[in-house]
Amino acid sequence: MDARRVPRTVSDPKVRQVGFFTPGAPPDRSHSGPPHPASSSPPVADISPSGNSLSPVMIPPPRHLSAELPRGSHLPHAPLSPMRARDSIPVGSYNPSEFASPTASEFTEDALSPNWPVRRSNSGKFASSLPAGGFDMSSVKQNNFPASSLTTVSIVKMPPGITEKDGGAGVEVQKERNKVGSKPLKEKTTKAQRRALQEAQRAAKAAAKADGSETPAASSGVITSANANQLKASKASLQRKDSSPVAAPEKRSSDRAPDKDRKKDVPHPRMQFDDETRVEKAKKRSVVKQTEAKNRVELFRHLPQYEHGTRLADLESKLFQLDPVHPAVYKVGLRYLAGDISGGNARCIAMLQAFQESIKDYSTPPERALIRDLTTKINSYVSFMIECRPLSISMGNAIRFLKTRIAKLPLSLSESEAKAILLSDIDRFINEKIILADKVIVKHAVTKITDGDVLLTYGSSSAVELLLLHAHELGKKFRVVVVDSRPKLEGKLLLRRLVGKGISCTYTHINAVSYIMHEVTRVFLGASSVLSNGTVYSRVGTASVAMVAHQFRIPVLVCCEAYKFYERVQLDSICSNELGDPDAIAKIPGRNEINCLDDWPNSENLQLLNLIYDATPSDYVSMIITDYGMIPPTSVPVIVREYRREHLWT
Amino acid sequence: MWYRSASFILDKNQNDGVLAKPESRLLSPTAPPPSMAETLPKISAYYQTRAAHHGVVTSDWLAQAQAAVGPSTEDAASEDSSSLKSADTGKAFSVIDEFNNWRKQPDLAEAVAAIRALASVIRSSEATTMMELEIELKKASDSLKSWDTTSISLTAGCDLFMRYVTRTSALEYEDFNSAKSRLLERAEKFGEISYKARRIIAMLSQDFIFDGCTILVHGFSRVVLEVLRTAAQSGKLFRVFCTEGRPDRTGLRLSNELAKLDIPVKLLIDSAVAYSMDEVDMVFVGADGVVESGGIINMMGTYQIALVAKSMNKPVYVAAESYKFARLYPLDQKDMVPALRPIDFGVPIPSKVEVETSARDYTPPQYLTLLFTDLGVLTPSVVSDELIQLYL
Repeated sequence: MDARRVPRTVSDPKVRQVGFFTPGAPPDRSHSGPPHPASSSPPVADISPSGNSLSPVMIPPPRHLSAELPRGSHLPHAPLSPMRARDSIPVGSYNPSEFASPTASEFTEDALSPNWPVRRSNSGKFASSLPAGGFDMSSVKQNNFPASSLTTVSIVKMPPGITEKDGGAGVEVQKERNKVGSKPLKEKTTKAQRRALQEAQRAAKAAAKADGSETPAASSGVITSANANQLKASKASLQRKDSSPVAAPEKRSSDRAPDKDRKKDVPHPRMQFDDETRVEKAKKRSVVKQTEAKNRVELFRHLPQYEHGTRLADLESKLFQLDPVHPAVYKVGLRYLAGDISGGNARCIAMLQAFQESIKDYSTPPERALIRDLTTKINSYVSFMIECRPLSISMGNAIRFLKTRIAKLPLSLSESEAKAILLSDIDRFINEKIILADKVIVKHAVTKITDGDVLLTYGSSSAVELLLLHAHELGKKFRVVVVDSRPKLEGKLLLRRLVGKGISCTYTHINAVSYIMHEVTRVFLGASSVLSNGTVYSRVGTASVAMVAHQFRIPVLVCCEAYKFYERVQLDSICSNELGDPDAIAKIPGRNEINCLDDWPNSENLQLLNLIYDATPSDYVSMIITDYGMIPPTSVPVIVREYRREHLWT
Repeated sequence: MWYRSASFILDKNQNDGVLAKPESRLLSPTAPPPSMAETLPKISAYYQTRAAHHGVVTSDWLAQAQAAVGPSTEDAASEDSSSLKSADTGKAFSVIDEFNNWRKQPDLAEAVAAIRALASVIRSSEATTMMELEIELKKASDSLKSWDTTSISLTAGCDLFMRYVTRTSALEYEDFNSAKSRLLERAEKFGEISYKARRIIAMLSQDFIFDGCTILVHGFSRVVLEVLRTAAQSGKLFRVFCTEGRPDRTGLRLSNELAKLDIPVKLLIDSAVAYSMDEVDMVFVGADGVVESGGIINMMGTYQIALVAKSMNKPVYVAAESYKFARLYPLDQKDMVPALRPIDFGVPIPSKVEVETSARDYTPPQYLTLLFTDLGVLTPSVVSDELIQLYL
């Protein structure tokens, strides 16, 4: 970790300098700033560079203004509450943006994270050059420390000098502000407020498009008000809350980006979550309240790390406010969030069926083409689902399939015909690519089970389960070793079902895999995806099992439907992954004597990493069993190449 | 045993049903070739054929065989299909007979014989629709395959033939006769390609044999022999180490052949491979079958040699015709249909002692360097690509 961190920090300075000059950049930095209070400082660094690069516009104005403000005065003001710190990532970032002075953000960083010498130095420079800006930020952040989350919102508005400049600067700045405004709103405001905001925003959107000229003035006005608020409230953070919601809608209306943005951004499966601007954009749109985790794991900053547990309740409460999301989609999203649906196939099927429901109820709005409009609809559903839980690769492929089907619809079709075609296409996809594929896989794989075999499986894979049951039905004599691991313990369910069918099983945890492996003759694993280089992307722990099996020279067979094949290549488990709820590994129900991590979010030097997937190198895989037969891992690209067409039915 | 796709499974099941039917059984009595009617059932027919081909071939046996083969093949080749039609009544035409006729040519690989036999099935077919013809062809190939389930190349050859011949737009011709002739054309072409495969491989592999090299060969492979012969004829200077090739002493035979070509040969007992590996520049082996992983199934001892070669960083080259590409995927040595053959130890073996009579082993792809096939010089991982493209 440390080694990696250091280079990053070093690299940051360059970026920062760039960002420093550009006014847009600062917000990002500020972003990074907030998480700080303790250990989070390193992540900040990552975030900031990206932000800097993206924001192009304003350069000098903030300095003057910032200079005016005395540092000392701000500092004492508002302490950040821990809550705030958690939420803050977005908030903090936003705030700085408003301020428009990069220095401020850096300053805060310095103050917050003493550990990072490099940064400090940079920040120091900046600070010196732009004393005023730095002051504001720093003061805000520091204030934030003790204060409640509410304060952040107020802060956003505060810098008076900036506001003036911003108005001059123009659209970009405004955008930033809008983001800021929206985010804080979401995070800090009550539900009612948020709702109000959303509605206001929607209404505003249309207006915003119409008049671009108005926006700057409006924004500036808002800002000024905000500043005023801040000054007043700097000591009393709570008041800001109220002010913020009001301000936010106004801002939004002014700079709201057109729908195009939405289309472009939404479905990208691999958003880099240390890319602040994108995150912000996404946040604006998001329906689910997502609170970034406090102690984010440094190495995985680019992945979404949210507080778990709060989102479900939040989303449930919004049940009746989500007019753009179809109820079926909403239901599925909730179930993803709650963890009721897990497993690549189950999730994919649930998603497709939800889409079917929504297509059934779909009617083309007047003056719109079905192809276009439905695609945007689906996109918005997908982005909703992503917010509930990041898409699996299989789902991504299924969505791609659906979209190509929509795009290929002949224009001449009537709406009802088109809908019927789509519905049957989805049905066909589910049947052929998932259900039938599993059957074929089972048929292939069962030939590899002979009497007397001891089969090892890890976790719970639907394909492997089908296989084992089928082999049992065929009367093959074999034994199963179910290897499981915390925290999900999915293997227990599999175990229960297998034992229920009369298969003799051994249940063990992954800790014992090296012991149990010597009696095993075959290892059957499921996969979330198989990548083009043969890498198997699957439940975390799979790689260890495969590695041990390989070491024991035991064949490792991976059962994976071909629709999960992915043309990308991944060399490690880091660049794309999903992070689970850290609480799941921090707490063990019923074992109070070792549940000493209860307050881990408050511990600065602790980061919990609950990875969901890992990548198994193809060297450890003897065979991949797909609906196209049994192939070596080296042939995955052949299948991808030869059948991508077919997968999409183009 | 293996499938190529979802529909393939269905095919397979149907095939099983077909095989159980009496008509296919009708064919089987004719199966055992005359020369080996007395063979033990537990011996792999594939190795019987090989024994017949590679064993001491007396000139009179050859003449006899030629006499037996000549007329029928001539007939098949030259006679008009209509006349054959009239001559054959119903089931009188047997693929197996045809196959056996072809098979008796010592230089003809089993798979090529099967391909030729299948081609003659098309020729002599009385089918009047494409569907009928296809079904007939399918039955014929199934009966051929079931005739010897231990021969990988036979099975693979039949499957490939079916694929190659029937997967053509010819089937969409409106006119049945033109479709049939097109089919026949393809069948002949395929037979021709298969027949020429050995030459192609020999030519391809010449670049890999350099002057002064030492080549270790294992077993008797006609392809490898062709490769070496071509190299010798083109004036390359090299020497060959032949393993003994117990139990059927195939290595001895190969060394005889090589000695005839004036190639310096040294015979090793099978257990001396590691001992002499440091002198060896490359290992050349044939293959009974090339499986989907890119590994090969070959005569017992190949795996061992490949392991030794790998550990000494010597390249292992495999010469194999593409009709030996089989949709098999053994995971380990036991994950294959066993091909058995008797082993003569020269002394009586107590009945309590168990004898391993498997005739072949599986060499995983990571121990192979390159495959010389009539499709080109391939790395092991390409085999699967080719198979996928052929079958899916």
